[in-house]
Amino acid sequence: MSAFLRFDGVTLRRGGKLLFEGLDLELSPGKRLQLIGPNGSGKSSLIRLAAGLLSAERGLVKRSPLALADDLLALDVDLPLGRALRFWSKSADRGLDAFGLTILADVPVRLLSSGQRKRATLARVVSSGAPLWLLDEPLNALDDDGAGRLASIVDDHVAAGGAVLAASHQALAGEWRRMELGA
Amino acid sequence: MIGALIGREIRRASTGLAWLPVAFFLLVVALMPFAVGPDARLLSRIGGGTLWVAALTAALLPVERLIEPDRADGFLDQLSLHGLAEETIIAAKIAAHWLTFGPLLLIAALPAAALLAMDGSSLVRVEIALAIGTPGLAALAVAIAAVTAGLPRASSLAGLLLLPLAVPLLIFGAANALLLEAAFSLLLTAGAPFVAGAAIRASRT
Repeated sequence: MSAFLRFDGVTLRRGGKLLFEGLDLELSPGKRLQLIGPNGSGKSSLIRLAAGLLSAERGLVKRSPLALADDLLALDVDLPLGRALRFWSKSADRGLDAFGLTILADVPVRLLSSGQRKRATLARVVSSGAPLWLLDEPLNALDDDGAGRLASIVDDHVAAGGAVLAASHQALAGEWRRMELGA
Repeated sequence: MIGALIGREIRRASTGLAWLPVAFFLLVVALMPFAVGPDARLLSRIGGGTLWVAALTAALLPVERLIEPDRADGFLDQLSLHGLAEETIIAAKIAAHWLTFGPLLLIAALPAAALLAMDGSSLVRVEIALAIGTPGLAALAVAIAAVTAGLPRASSLAGLLLLPLAVPLLIFGAANALLLEAAFSLLLTAGAPFVAGAAIRASRT
């Protein structure tokens, strides 16, 4: 089976600063990869590059359909959470359920706490149906229950043949291949 | 997804002060009799041009909320990840923006024409020209909103950019040169998605 995400000799420069050069990376079905490294080492940039939101200075990036959860909410704050998520996916209930948000489905997004907002962005990824998940600092603002739910959902996704690329300076539960980016 | 996006844009515009540009339009028109005096003949002669100036200034008001909130919130990113080209996103935004701006403006032109003592035939002419010109004006507003999104003092900059580019609409519209008006409006409507799409991609650095 071919890889869901593949970097061939990728060089990325942002704001004149060289973040990485000649980077190779391959993420196959059923695999998970954690990017580690100090603040400013380019973890989030690599995620955005993988998502196609940035373009590489040199090198080739190939990607499968993917879903991204980062620090940006991208939900209409005046809508109830359930409706706001259903804009992105018909199967939003699955994501709501996975992160224990079902009881909040009728609450306007603007009233949610930052931890609940984080769960909502992760719920969007879960309900996307995409084989490749990109998670940028998924543990930010999550409590222990949220982190536990995330771990078991990632396990299920990987077991079902999906792949996950996560950037986090904290330890993630489960067996992760690690890749360190320099400062 | 495109239908859902247009629906979302219309819902957001209509729950968030869609009447504001129209109220502003009427206010600018209402200033005119105070400025030039209550001479009905003079007012009716300058009426068409006044409506156009008011429409142009009213088009500036919503510029700030057209693109920037969605850029800052990651909404545009998520739309791109769903496979929508930036140009498609912008085209949907232009359609929705016109739907919440154009028809209201055409309705507001009726009381505005009364304020300026315009007769029926010149009102009809202005309405037709506005109907042709407002899609271009809406497209221009969205394109300027995309170009200035994320910049400091974006709204002042947007005014400086939008008004000169809208001058041909004003000239052809006020002179009732409908074919030229239609041509320029079409040019703006067709070109705006590409300008704005490139601007959105360039803002992702």
